[in-house]
Amino acid sequence: MRKIIISILAFLSFICAPVIGSAQDVKIGVIYPLTGSSAQIGKDAVAAVNTALDIINNKHDIPGMPLAENEGLLGLNGAKVSIVVGDHTGKPDVGVSETEKMLNDGVHAMYGAYFSSVVAAASTVTERAGIPFVNGDSASPKLTSRGLKYFFRVGPHDGMFTQLMFEFIQDFNMKNNANLNTLGILHEDTLWGSDSGSTQNKMAKEQGYEVIEKISYKASTTTLTSEVQRLKAKDPDVLLPSQYTADAFLFLNTAKELDYNPKLLIAQNAGYVDPTFISTLGDKAEGVISRSPFNTDLAKTIPMIGTINKIFKKHSGGRDLSDVPARAFTGFMALAVAINNAGSTDPDKIREALVNLDIPGEALIVPYRGVKFGPDGQNDAVRGVLMQVQNGKYCTVYPYELAACDLVYPMPTWDQK
Amino acid sequence: MTVEIILQAIVTGLMMGLIYALIAAGLSLIFGLMGIVNFAHGEHLMLSMFTSFWLWSLLGLDPLFSVPITILLMAVCGVLTHYLLIRYILKAKMLIQICATFGLSIFIRSVAQLLWTPDYRIVENPLMEGRIELGTIYIGQPQLFASLICLLAFVGLYWFVTKTETGLALQATAQDRHAAEVLGIPSDKMFALGWAIGLGCVAVAGSMMMNYFAVFTDVGINFALFAFVAVALGGFGSIIGCLYAGIIIGLVESLGGLLIDPSFKLLYVFAIYLLVVIYRPQGLFGRY
Repeated sequence: MRKIIISILAFLSFICAPVIGSAQDVKIGVIYPLTGSSAQIGKDAVAAVNTALDIINNKHDIPGMPLAENEGLLGLNGAKVSIVVGDHTGKPDVGVSETEKMLNDGVHAMYGAYFSSVVAAASTVTERAGIPFVNGDSASPKLTSRGLKYFFRVGPHDGMFTQLMFEFIQDFNMKNNANLNTLGILHEDTLWGSDSGSTQNKMAKEQGYEVIEKISYKASTTTLTSEVQRLKAKDPDVLLPSQYTADAFLFLNTAKELDYNPKLLIAQNAGYVDPTFISTLGDKAEGVISRSPFNTDLAKTIPMIGTINKIFKKHSGGRDLSDVPARAFTGFMALAVAINNAGSTDPDKIREALVNLDIPGEALIVPYRGVKFGPDGQNDAVRGVLMQVQNGKYCTVYPYELAACDLVYPMPTWDQK
Repeated sequence: MTVEIILQAIVTGLMMGLIYALIAAGLSLIFGLMGIVNFAHGEHLMLSMFTSFWLWSLLGLDPLFSVPITILLMAVCGVLTHYLLIRYILKAKMLIQICATFGLSIFIRSVAQLLWTPDYRIVENPLMEGRIELGTIYIGQPQLFASLICLLAFVGLYWFVTKTETGLALQATAQDRHAAEVLGIPSDKMFALGWAIGLGCVAVAGSMMMNYFAVFTDVGINFALFAFVAVALGGFGSIIGCLYAGIIIGLVESLGGLLIDPSFKLLYVFAIYLLVVIYRPQGLFGRY
């Protein structure tokens, strides 16, 4: 019996050895949903983090990309960066236990997690432990209004995106005399959906738009019929949905069934930019607008996107870079640059480097103006785009200076699709 | 709120209710027969939808025509489930039975994710597409057809269980397995048949839903939740109870969402469920 136990311990120490790694290496805990209804998005995000690791730990010739020229982090004498990946399954309690496990495992910083609800819970654990938590891809505005010292968000939040939507409606009204005044808000009930819906409602009132229908529903529902019926009855000029993938599919199918044709549908990202959204829905997706911090047609103005996409495809099994992976990549690179600037794996020094971080827009693959955190830990230099599905592809339509296509207005009716 | 809109909600609620009912019937049949709650029911629905999807994707068979194949494959899956797992836990404690089917649900979902990735898939351009317009009421053809087929399957199931010799043998086994065995009814085979029919019901509902619903590895969870509610509401083991309960759930969900507030539509369903559990714990049509 004793022999068996000793053999098992020897075997375990053997397989654990590479994970523990050498002392000077930087270890970062990464949590994403790898099972459950958003698993594909989580897998793509992890592929994006692996793309960033590939660039950081190996030599690459990508002009303008920080940390690409050398192997490892120069600020830490060429230390390599490794990650420990955890699956939070979309549930805050699982996110917390995964984070606790990783902190016990000695990670120097945490990164993730797409679901705002998970980030909200997990970042309180890291705050207590005094370990930085960097986020690239969660959009609930509340995340950076909690006064946390160790939490930083590189990507935009829904308040910023919603502001972009209202700027667009205002510009569009002025340019085309369109008179779009009434809004319908449809959102699911997780932290992200609820925050998005209430932010839109608040901003609409502040900016003089009338919200004639605001509907919250249980996420991953089996039917959206009564919701669509209410929207059809009120018929707002612009519909603003905040939904994850399964609900976005169900909503469009139900809208088709009940012949509900909004003049404009401006989605709050998420399900509407899932890589499978257009390929799966085909014609049904035509005319849909979504906000996004990224679109592949930006490759014309940001040439680095092409090179990064090639490396990303190696890690994602051939899938192309899309919105969430682009944000995940950008966020992780920002964390790595901060650790490199800190020249240490001490959590407080990393935090200080994050506070002082200043990456110019030219070093990024997203159209942000740069990465520079405000006192609340929110990157203040973010910028988004609005894109519309035209001929089976997302095409940037706003801001007008970045637009690759003209807006199709009103969006095609079901009979026209 | 006009009469047309309310009528529309009733029609869509009815159609949804019939689908819930058939899914619940499979669950109820298995419970009524051997007292086992199949926590993997949602995953069996997911497997049915994937079967229907792959038959379309690989062989070009529309879900409408592939229903018999899906039923057959799911029935085989049911028989295998019985012989490989359930028969070993028939006499075990309830907690072990719950853990076994719950474990099966995680196993099926994980294997599905491994094999087919967590992507969302729909059948493009199915034969059954478009809608029927009755004045201002719109009825989605796939939904209408799905609910009618589910109703037909339900009637067939009811007829089989109450009118055929095998169905009566099933009922006898459900009532007293030992007495039935004394009379020469092999309970083991009856249980396997019960699983085959239970999963066959799910196969019909899953195939029909493929005409308008996206399939992904977690698709079954919410439908299974409604199925559990329907079974408890209609009465454990009562097939006809499932029909009424499914329709009640569909209507309450649809009308409550339209007339009061869609945010609370699940609340209305569960409020009715709670009332029934408190005042009539055996369910609307249950005997126990």
